[in-house]
Amino acid sequence: MSPTAPRYLITGGTLPDGTTSDVLIEDGLLAAVGPEARSRAEAGDGPLETVDAAGRIVLPGLVDLHTHLREPGREDAETVETGTRAAAMGGFTSVHAMANSTPVADSAGVVEQVWQLGREAGWCDVHPVGAVTVGLAGERLAELGAMAASRAEVRVFSDDGMCVSDPVLMRRALEYVKAFDGVVAQHAQEPRLTEGAQMNEGELSSVLGLSGWPAVAEEAIIARDVLLAQHVGSRLHVCHVSTAGSVEIIRWAKERGIEVTAEATPHHLLLTEELVRTYDPVFKVNPPLRREADVMALREGLADGTIDTVGTDHAPHTAETKECEWTVAAMGMTGLETALPVVQHALVDTGLMDWAGVSRILSSTPARIARLTDQGRISASGVFETGAPANVTVYDPHVTRTVDPATHATRSRNSPYRGMELPGQVTDVFNHGHPVVRDRALATPRTH
Amino acid sequence: MKHLLSTQDLSLADALRILDTAEEMSAVSGREVKKLPALRGRTVVNLFLEDSTRTRISFEAAAKRLSADVINFTGKGTSVSKGESLKDTVQTLEAIGADAIVMRHWGSGAAAQLAGSGWITSSVVNAGDGTHEHPTQALLDALTLRRHLARRHGTGPRGTDLAGMKVVIVGDILHSRVARSNLWLLTTLGAEVTLAAPPTLVPVGVEQWPCHVTYSLDEAIAAGPDAVMMLRVQSERMHEAFFPSAAEYTRSWGLTDDRLALLESAGAADAVIMHPGPMNRGLEISAAAADSVRNTALEQVANGVSVRMAVLYLVLSGTDTAGTPDLVPSAARRPEA
Ligand SMILES: [Zn+2]
Repeated sequence: MSPTAPRYLITGGTLPDGTTSDVLIEDGLLAAVGPEARSRAEAGDGPLETVDAAGRIVLPGLVDLHTHLREPGREDAETVETGTRAAAMGGFTSVHAMANSTPVADSAGVVEQVWQLGREAGWCDVHPVGAVTVGLAGERLAELGAMAASRAEVRVFSDDGMCVSDPVLMRRALEYVKAFDGVVAQHAQEPRLTEGAQMNEGELSSVLGLSGWPAVAEEAIIARDVLLAQHVGSRLHVCHVSTAGSVEIIRWAKERGIEVTAEATPHHLLLTEELVRTYDPVFKVNPPLRREADVMALREGLADGTIDTVGTDHAPHTAETKECEWTVAAMGMTGLETALPVVQHALVDTGLMDWAGVSRILSSTPARIARLTDQGRISASGVFETGAPANVTVYDPHVTRTVDPATHATRSRNSPYRGMELPGQVTDVFNHGHPVVRDRALATPRTH
Repeated sequence: MKHLLSTQDLSLADALRILDTAEEMSAVSGREVKKLPALRGRTVVNLFLEDSTRTRISFEAAAKRLSADVINFTGKGTSVSKGESLKDTVQTLEAIGADAIVMRHWGSGAAAQLAGSGWITSSVVNAGDGTHEHPTQALLDALTLRRHLARRHGTGPRGTDLAGMKVVIVGDILHSRVARSNLWLLTTLGAEVTLAAPPTLVPVGVEQWPCHVTYSLDEAIAAGPDAVMMLRVQSERMHEAFFPSAAEYTRSWGLTDDRLALLESAGAADAVIMHPGPMNRGLEISAAAADSVRNTALEQVANGVSVRMAVLYLVLSGTDTAGTPDLVPSAARRPEA
């Protein structure tokens, strides 16, 4: 940032620790918090803009470990540009882009391309996730070291969309990424138990005549992987945990000191398999929507720390791939622009979590898992670290809005919340001190 | 009644209305001129995206007996198999003038999706969707059973239900839309349903369904059922480890000559054998059982036309009031057996 760049004083907002304080952004950094912010702002030189945050929550910029930005390959569904616009509008200052693009992000070349596209877009930091295996084929390791050493500095590796089901390959991947403090993020789905699976397996799938995706297919892989992680002393991250049984297994693993972290999606915190009765493919997702008891277990898991983070699994799809029969429709839902409202609705408004907790699950913990040092710099009790990069999201929790996918910044319209009332709206977002969202609308991208 | 999508969401009143209307239609089929002007000028499209000659010709005969125009559209060799979307296909069919779309589809839920999509305004009749439902098959089975019960009681079938009737459904329940549609409809009509199948072919969560489940067909037959409904079993299922071999399946869950004898001795005196067809003789049903006088297969076929006439009439006549339409002068009615 040049010295003449504007400074921003965010006034009267409620911080995650519950205090009401001003926050000063200067030179791309969080310069001061509390009474000092105003005095320092008034004493300093250069233009000063004030952001009125009275009645709003000032959060650390959100970090998403799990998005699909579709570029390269499916630019008709999303691009890094449109996906990061959606991220910014949702309050995210950093997103991870999964590797299942075309070509697959399994080489230094592709991850650098995605990383570069993210920098050019400028709406939000983009961290490519590297594929674990070449072409996501589950046969041999991709060049994990080359991706880690590339300009994209990949630390999260995943075959998401596919499970690394071969136990030997999984073991080796867990071991190998220790060389650069990486983490393997597993899409836990036993492939043989889920061939042709269309929805959660249970009484409802039997009634609807849709092939079941049994909970055990997720739980069996998680159980195996936590034991592997323990055996080789590696870190494991579990993507989109969706069942109560998985929460129990992860809780057990953490009690034994196994280095496992876990993520849940917003949709698994709110929606249940009952929606499949409509056969509307907007509700088709992988892992599938589960039962009410699973939703409740995930919420409790986030509240007690068993589940570490909420990752959106933002999965944009074109209209053609959703406007068709359920059994052939694409799996996935958009989620970046509704994540924080869903988290507020499911966790804050229910009393399970305060805003310090939201900062933990949506910012500081995912940043720690991905080894990001420029994001999520806030204490467990919700106190901002001054001097850290100014990644800040201002959020109005008091409004209620009806979700209209047509107004979303993502290129795709497959939001499962269409027509639902959800609380809250992101009003302002600062990415490294640059205002990418101002007054509920996209402002300008950050230039590098 | 705008659509017929499933039997699970069919009320008792609507089920009886369809069955009573089918009795009226059946009277027409017994006349020398088997035709009614009821749907003159209306167009019924049979959209069959999965092979089923039997069901298609049954719907075709039904529509023609009601004087409707019929267009047959099958998936093979058409744009559907070349990747045209269902939405484009049905909108095209409606533009051609379809008033009702009778759809057989490989995907569970396709009929419900079509009816709820807003893509078209035509009525939708589910002629079988994936492993979900096949409501007209269940209705024709119910019509067959109801007549059977009425005959036993020496009354007419109109207005009656299946209270107290014991029906055993045998075989591949997991993959059977016929089993599902029958379970919901027969229990709505008051019948007691038992499912007999190997544990691998019993759907998950079946304990929440309104039925008994047994792994022993012998036990189910020894309990003295009024009807045994044999489902078609695909022998390829053994390659997916649902059962070890065709021979073991037949020994345990086939309607063998021994089990036919057991039914003769333990079942109701007039117990019937049902099969949605086509039968796999020697696999789920022995030749003797297939050819037994107890087998209602041909009666089921005839009743299929009457039930489909009733369904087409009711979805296209737009009447939402209860009661049976008076289609046939009472003098022309067959005496009810
Ligand atoms: Zn995944």
